[in-house]
Amino acid sequence: MSSLGNQKDSSASPANPAADVILRATGLAVAYGAVEAVRNLDLEVAAGEIVVLLGANGAGKSSMLNAIVGLSPRVGGSITFEGHDITRKSTEMIVRSGISLVPEGRRLFSNMTVRENLRLGGAALRPAEFEREFERLHDLFPILRKRADSQAGLLSGGEQQQVAIARALVGRPRLLLLDEPSLGLAPIIVNRVFEIIEELRRRKVTILLVEQNAERALKIADRGYVMSNGVVEAAGRAADLQASAIENAYLGTAGA
Amino acid sequence: MELMLQQFINAVSLGSIYALVALGVAIVFSILRLANFAHGELMTVAGYTLYATLLAGVHWFLAALAAIAASVIAALLLERLAYRRLRSANPLTLLITSFAVSVALQSLFLLFFGARPKGIELPAFVDAGFRIGQLRVQWLDVFIIVITGLIVLSLHLFLKKTVIGLALRSAADDFRTTRLMGIKANAVVVGAFMLSGALAGIAALFYFATVPNVVPSSGFEPMLKGFIACVIGGLGSLPAAVVGGFLLAFLEVGSDAILSNSLSPYLDAIVFGIAIILLRWRPGGLFGVRMTEDLRV
Repeated sequence: MSSLGNQKDSSASPANPAADVILRATGLAVAYGAVEAVRNLDLEVAAGEIVVLLGANGAGKSSMLNAIVGLSPRVGGSITFEGHDITRKSTEMIVRSGISLVPEGRRLFSNMTVRENLRLGGAALRPAEFEREFERLHDLFPILRKRADSQAGLLSGGEQQQVAIARALVGRPRLLLLDEPSLGLAPIIVNRVFEIIEELRRRKVTILLVEQNAERALKIADRGYVMSNGVVEAAGRAADLQASAIENAYLGTAGA
Repeated sequence: MELMLQQFINAVSLGSIYALVALGVAIVFSILRLANFAHGELMTVAGYTLYATLLAGVHWFLAALAAIAASVIAALLLERLAYRRLRSANPLTLLITSFAVSVALQSLFLLFFGARPKGIELPAFVDAGFRIGQLRVQWLDVFIIVITGLIVLSLHLFLKKTVIGLALRSAADDFRTTRLMGIKANAVVVGAFMLSGALAGIAALFYFATVPNVVPSSGFEPMLKGFIACVIGGLGSLPAAVVGGFLLAFLEVGSDAILSNSLSPYLDAIVFGIAIILLRWRPGGLFGVRMTEDLRV
């Protein structure tokens, strides 16, 4: 535990200290009734970074992402985005201020077409603006052109994940939250999803990623946080995060 | 043959009214899982407005607009005063609240207008008609059918082509994710109640044009029919509500035509009986949709 603690102290801040921190959670606590999902969590994401949240099921990763966009009940601490306090803001206001979440399980509107799904993702855009953004996403997601008028619920899992990411990007967010984008997908499709994330990184999209596939996530991330039982057990540069720390967190032996 | 055609026109006209009521009920239900039993009282509000404005000598067209406006305003007030605080309450609480609201509104009508029927002075054209051979067609029926067709078509385009329309559909599917799109929950709910109120107002115009007097409980019967239409079609789906409305009307008019006069007092019982058998066969309605229990607004 002490070695993990050291790690946390030495490199919990962004890889490049000069970079602007755009998201900062301080002492964040999330609870569902009496059940505490996240406790006293500090987290920072700087512009252009990819930060990954690792941990076993139930470690509080998804609760953390949902808390950022105001979907899970925040009972303590604060969150700022680009210097503005968003702790008490409604989900829709947070999303409008530039944070977009691709929820676990993709959550496409299955009865609607791909284009309609994206139109909602860009709900705040004027029609002409939307068309421009929709076009702009075509090179990254060729599927959008091919299946624009298909019902979203009829697409394959991998296609749906691409549409879900595109839907989150169409409103040009400045921070993208990805909740388990590779979950339930075939290995070859998982490759495609990680390719997309790498491409987004080249395009300077800031990403906070929750991922079960720790090894792959750490390869593309700048920094990582390892969560266990609602607290950060380890944090640091992706390359420095000890395999043992992650292993402990996943096996639930951290802090034991 | 003429009789058949006559009955057919009657059924389509009646079905139009039921379809409009059912649509109004279904829009709110699909998004909030709220069975708004006070939907009938929105129609009654429109009825009394029609009565009062026509009595005051207002031109029928303006009176009709006033009636629709009154119903929309009443729907918005209901949402703001009664339902908003209960938005994430469980469906049973919502159901009981809507009953209470319905009874409270009927009592208010009783207080203001009394129990005696208020006759609505309909303009003369309502009774006018034309003949095709032996068939006598009322302009009113033509009007009801055409307007309903236009409304269903424009509603379809609205839900397909506008962002707020898309948001209404996506909120009916998954409210939480709709908010993740940056769409305001209140905007969606208020939009749904506005639409519902407008549909109730228009349905009321047609209803009171065929039954030209209004009492505090006037809205109950059309509301009940609208609900049954929704349930037959499949609660929560708008196309199903429209189909359910027409189906119910055809059942009613058809049974009335087939049954002997001595049975006609039992018409509703017979029609509802058929509806029960239908639901026994398909509990989710003819076009039953998946029901999601979780709603976190």
